[in-house]
Amino acid sequence: MPEQVIWGMEVVLNGLMAGVLYALVALGFVLIYKASGIFNYAQGVMALFAGLTLVGIMEGQVPFAHLINAALGTEIHHFGWHIPALAAILLTMVVMVGLAWIVNVVIFKHLVNQEPIILFMATIGLAYFLEGFGDIMWGADIKKLDVGLPQGINLWIDETTYNIFDYGFFIDNLDIVATVIAAALVFTLIVFAQYTKQGRAMRAVADDHQAALSVGISLNFIWVMVWSLAGFVALVAGIMWGTKSGVQFSLSLIALKALPVLMLGGFTSIPGAIVGGLIIGVGEKLFEFSFGQMMGGATENWFAYVLALIFLVFRPQGLFGEKIIERV
Amino acid sequence: MFYREAGDFKTSYVDDSQTFPIKFDRYRYYLVLLVGFAIVPFVINDYWVNAVFLPFLIYSIAAIGLNILVGYCGQVSLGTGGFMAVGAYGCYKLMTGFPDVSIFFHVIAAGGITAAVCVLFGLPSLRIKGFYLAVATLAAQFFLVWLFNRVSWFYNYSASGQISAPERTVFGNAVTGPETAPWAAYLFCLVFTVASAIIARNLTRGMAGRKWMAIRDMDIAAEIIGVNPLKAKLSAFAISGFFVGIAGALFFAVYLGAVEVGEVFGIQKSFLVLFMVIIGGLGSIFGSFAGAAFLVLLPVLLKNVLVGGLGWPTDLAAHLEFMIVGGLIVLFLVAEPHGLAQLWRVAKEKLRLWPFPH
Repeated sequence: MPEQVIWGMEVVLNGLMAGVLYALVALGFVLIYKASGIFNYAQGVMALFAGLTLVGIMEGQVPFAHLINAALGTEIHHFGWHIPALAAILLTMVVMVGLAWIVNVVIFKHLVNQEPIILFMATIGLAYFLEGFGDIMWGADIKKLDVGLPQGINLWIDETTYNIFDYGFFIDNLDIVATVIAAALVFTLIVFAQYTKQGRAMRAVADDHQAALSVGISLNFIWVMVWSLAGFVALVAGIMWGTKSGVQFSLSLIALKALPVLMLGGFTSIPGAIVGGLIIGVGEKLFEFSFGQMMGGATENWFAYVLALIFLVFRPQGLFGEKIIERV
Repeated sequence: MFYREAGDFKTSYVDDSQTFPIKFDRYRYYLVLLVGFAIVPFVINDYWVNAVFLPFLIYSIAAIGLNILVGYCGQVSLGTGGFMAVGAYGCYKLMTGFPDVSIFFHVIAAGGITAAVCVLFGLPSLRIKGFYLAVATLAAQFFLVWLFNRVSWFYNYSASGQISAPERTVFGNAVTGPETAPWAAYLFCLVFTVASAIIARNLTRGMAGRKWMAIRDMDIAAEIIGVNPLKAKLSAFAISGFFVGIAGALFFAVYLGAVEVGEVFGIQKSFLVLFMVIIGGLGSIFGSFAGAAFLVLLPVLLKNVLVGGLGWPTDLAAHLEFMIVGGLIVLFLVAEPHGLAQLWRVAKEKLRLWPFPH
């Protein structure tokens, strides 16, 4: 087999793995959008915040240490204990649920029945606030996150492919783990939405707020639940990306990566998010691989957007989105 | 007591349709212009021009441009940073390509180029709307920044990848380059800001503005009563792009002097201008000024109070700024979705009845 094809296959495999991660972030968007009609721009920052909180709790950092030190002239940084990863993840989850509750009570309860675009801008505001808040709470330096996930090149794939093609594929163990976890998460979420009582209530709210209210579903509870779920997805995404490249500001930019995925797959569809993520993941890697050199590199920054843009002109609701019907 | 129409008789149609129907407003407007043109240039120094006045004036133009698109026509754009970059690079190419032409025309031409690019990226708005469109404009943001970063023709093959403005003069006074006097840069920008505001104000209260607003309120209904959505949407994109392009050109040529596109015209800039429009007030020219003033002054104030006054580290102040800006956005959307302009309107209504409110 020619070398180009083999390299191409490796690129496709890596693209698939990246695509799963995109899909994971996109999934958080879809969840909130389906249940409350809010397009949550803050999803990426929530992942960053979750990552920061997780690291902070694990290492026993004092929250707001920087601020307290500056205001009171003290020199405190750490409580001096370390918390095992699993307990820290649970604690972080509690924080994210608290955050979901606060966000719902303080912001979105007051914005019921507003235009979607106003809600969208409110989430941009929330994203800014959370970004500053996370930095003040835990400090802005790049943090290493290690919850015990395997990392480094997968030797088995390397050897196997070497035996077949005479060329070992480089695939990170972390990517494989992330793919498995993301797949499991997607499966769980679908089961949750389809077969549990709360999941059914969530779908009812998504369908029609008033009808859901009239059969006795608590809107507030469902919204807090959905935001908590989104917080949970953000936490998982934060752990994956944080382990991969450190918990830092760029983590919040994964929201921007997920947007074209959503446009491609449709805002309202869970399978759409997954398929869209895979298409974008593979597409941008392949495009960079084939044309990147020619065009000066770093085409990943815009390829997904332009692809989604061109796609939208022909099919405005995305691949799996519900058809938009408008009445005057 | 003074702020009322009573006694101010309008005897011609021209009088009747003027921008400021109330005498007090009119005089206030002339007073502001007088102070802006005749007093401020003589008293300002370098710090005030660079920290407050230039960013305020330039962001005002950008905010007016974005307000036309978002506030009047209802097409949310997150590509402002990219479009400002078009203005900046357009201006740079024109400045270096035609050094004999006055920079005045370069800035205007840069606005024209940006308008064309803006229309191109506005084409999808005919098919998609709401935040699908908002996300689509992000494509413009990322693509344009990448383009100016990678294609070296745009920065004249300079080694650093930066563009820097050569010295250009207006009536013998340098307005770009290191030799610029503070007052010259200030006046140059002020002329553009005032002209933009007057043009935008008159466009938005004329037929074009009414069509935009009809499209914003409900595009299908607007189409039925005879507004051509193609023309209305694309003209909003074009005019918005024109102002944003001028702002970008001034931002590069007069304010910064040298620009690295990813840093200066990144997505943060898009959000900043959008925030100005939201905080100032969607669909209001005054709001664009108020929002720009607010978001230009806030960091300066915070920096002076926290870093200068309390001696806190700079990064802490920067993070606090993020929190405050984000919190304010949410607060405004919850409490006063029409922004500072609405507060101003309410104050004027109260003033009209004062001192006998019953």
